[in-house]
Amino acid sequence: MDLRFTPDETTFREEVRAFIRDNLPIDIRDRMRLGHSPRKEDTVRWQRILNQKGWAGLSWPKEWGGPGWSAIQKMIFLEENQVAPAPELSSFNITMIGPVLIQFGTAEQKQRFLPRAANLDDWWCQGFSEPGAGSDLASLKTSAKRDGDSYVVNGQKIWTSTAHQADWCFVLVRTNPNAAKRQEGISFLLVDMKTPGITVRPIISIDGSHHLNEVFFDDVNVPVSMRVFEENKGWDVAKFLLGNERTGIARLGKSKERVKAAKAMAREVNANGRPLIQDATFRQRVAQLEIDMQALEITQYRVVSAYDKAKGSGRPDPLSSVLKVKGTELLQATTELAMDVAGPLSMPVWAEELEAMNEPDDMLEAASASTGSYLFLRAASIYGGTNEIQKNILTKAVLGL
Amino acid sequence: MDFELVDDQRLLQDSITRLLGDRYAFEQRKNYLKTPEGFSPALWSQYAELGLLGVPFAEEYGGFGGGAQEIMLVMQAFGRALILEPYLATVVLGGTALQVAGSNAQKAELLPAIAEGRLKLAFAHSERQARYDLTDVVTTAKRSGGGWVLDGAKSVVTHGDAADRLVLSARTSGDRYDADGITLFLVDTTTPGLARRGYATRDEQRAADVALSNVTVADADVLGEVGKGLAIVQRIVEAGIAATAAEAIGAMEAMHSMTLEYSKTREQFGKPIGSYQVVQHRLADMFMTMEQGRSMAMLATMMVEHPEADERARKIAMAKVGVGQAARYVSQSAIQMHGGIGMTEEYAVGHYFRRCMVIERLFGDPAYYLQRLAEDVE
Repeated sequence: MDLRFTPDETTFREEVRAFIRDNLPIDIRDRMRLGHSPRKEDTVRWQRILNQKGWAGLSWPKEWGGPGWSAIQKMIFLEENQVAPAPELSSFNITMIGPVLIQFGTAEQKQRFLPRAANLDDWWCQGFSEPGAGSDLASLKTSAKRDGDSYVVNGQKIWTSTAHQADWCFVLVRTNPNAAKRQEGISFLLVDMKTPGITVRPIISIDGSHHLNEVFFDDVNVPVSMRVFEENKGWDVAKFLLGNERTGIARLGKSKERVKAAKAMAREVNANGRPLIQDATFRQRVAQLEIDMQALEITQYRVVSAYDKAKGSGRPDPLSSVLKVKGTELLQATTELAMDVAGPLSMPVWAEELEAMNEPDDMLEAASASTGSYLFLRAASIYGGTNEIQKNILTKAVLGL
Repeated sequence: MDFELVDDQRLLQDSITRLLGDRYAFEQRKNYLKTPEGFSPALWSQYAELGLLGVPFAEEYGGFGGGAQEIMLVMQAFGRALILEPYLATVVLGGTALQVAGSNAQKAELLPAIAEGRLKLAFAHSERQARYDLTDVVTTAKRSGGGWVLDGAKSVVTHGDAADRLVLSARTSGDRYDADGITLFLVDTTTPGLARRGYATRDEQRAADVALSNVTVADADVLGEVGKGLAIVQRIVEAGIAATAAEAIGAMEAMHSMTLEYSKTREQFGKPIGSYQVVQHRLADMFMTMEQGRSMAMLATMMVEHPEADERARKIAMAKVGVGQAARYVSQSAIQMHGGIGMTEEYAVGHYFRRCMVIERLFGDPAYYLQRLAEDVE
């Protein structure tokens, strides 16, 4: 047992940090530092810079342009990227559809989609949830009926993040409504968002942002060549994808970045006649969060190191549910901290009216953005399998109940 | 980073687990409690035979040549079995004092004696007025001829009544709260003027209050440099925090598995209580909390031998808070999930609960360390 970073790991961290420092465009970095979410073009620009460097593929094999990193190196990269703060890689492209195609895709699908996914030439979104199928995903109803060389897709998806910006969507559809088990009649399709019959309707979140959508499918034609893996075996693909998704889900770097931002703001604002950073209650709250982040960091390395040892046996470590729950609790607690520091300035909405005043006011902008993240990240304990579902997973997998 | 045990560590772990499996069932433990010592002298000899009492000492002193990681494995197993013997006091606290500050002569005399089971130590530092403040020492040591004369009192000395010698702090210069001027002494507990009053603590272990009146100690029994004892005290405390963090993990593992087992067998409204989601989620919460605590215990272990004092102190303080909070949640939940039976003396869970309660307070509680960490927020 050796819980220190190896010299190689330390060198790697320094290399990543230096690259991000030297290559992250200043305008993107400044927007992110103020606490804004990256714009679509920010994410695209940064991912292309990383792809140029050969780093966008994260866990992809070298043959498909991956950097050939160990799971520990991958964690180090993600953390440095979040702390910078830089836009995160498109998770739909990099940790979802990429690994799915590498594992299950045909040669043609791989060649067509993987290089474009790495370079964010195609922006992917995920068509899983439906109005009646949230945590209970297997109850999905969107149907795909075989018609010669095509499927005809009808139905509705919901909570589809970035569908309005997406070029492609990977969609779970029901191809056999009469299967003995609900999980057995599902297939996994790749759908071009420009196909006639697709309608995207925005869902505005409580932070005022347009991130989520409803997607309607009305006699949408999808070539059979766009099915991944066998017909009616889409559930296996989905399970692989969801297991894969969880490895980076703690988003610890993001929590660290939020605490850093909160402390920076606390130096600027006064409470009872002195900087808030000197307030004992505030300091204790920060200290507690730093302790919790420290514990999660070690837990995360335990999971990742076990993954490296097992050489990715494909089965998700049940401890990854701990990462999801504890990571998102921290994400919520740290965004809450930043908003609380902002005080009364947490109330104004930084939008057209304030932007139009055309006087730079970084404090107000950052304060408003901190409320934005607080509101937006209430979703953290809901997406990727709610935290309650994670506890169900632990109950079965670890406790055997 | 590598979290796997090496072969020697696995062997060590297996041999302790086997011994405690044979000799430390909860019913057997009740008999050890009835002895005058409050623990099993026979098992102490067995620990010596197995090499457990020399785990952290170099081979030249009859030790196993291990370090903080091996202590972690031992303490975790001890935590699962709720052992009563003065291992923490003697091997971890006393052993650390000697390893960090002992002269060659002191080490050559005392470490083999510990390893062979012939010598028990206790760490007599805290005083009644001090609460958790390590610099609050008013016991005095004054020069007298070729030696020292000690006066004062030490409070709640873990296993102080079983000890043959005390690693005892006294002020040789300066005032209360001064960092400088504290000196450590090795004091034989039979020295005239030294009085001990032993008593049970809440976890059924033993402690003692120590009174010193005109106690003469030879110069050869000064441990480390005169006036520079605080740094040694800090090392001893850090080793103690790491060791008891591991012990708390063992206790949490035991409570969690007992609670899980109980939830499968205890039926209410015609079904095992473990079939109710509210119970399942509480068990999942206990599991997650325990795993976060385990990560922190690993951190403490990793930091014990870290060369940089401030970083070492800061990380160990974080671990102390994390493990303490985790143990409090897990042990409170264990009793709650058991219901009435968890409240009874005859059932084991309440005994683990009380050991965790004591561990939480040894060397400073989470509130104390949280406040110190808060002061350092930058």
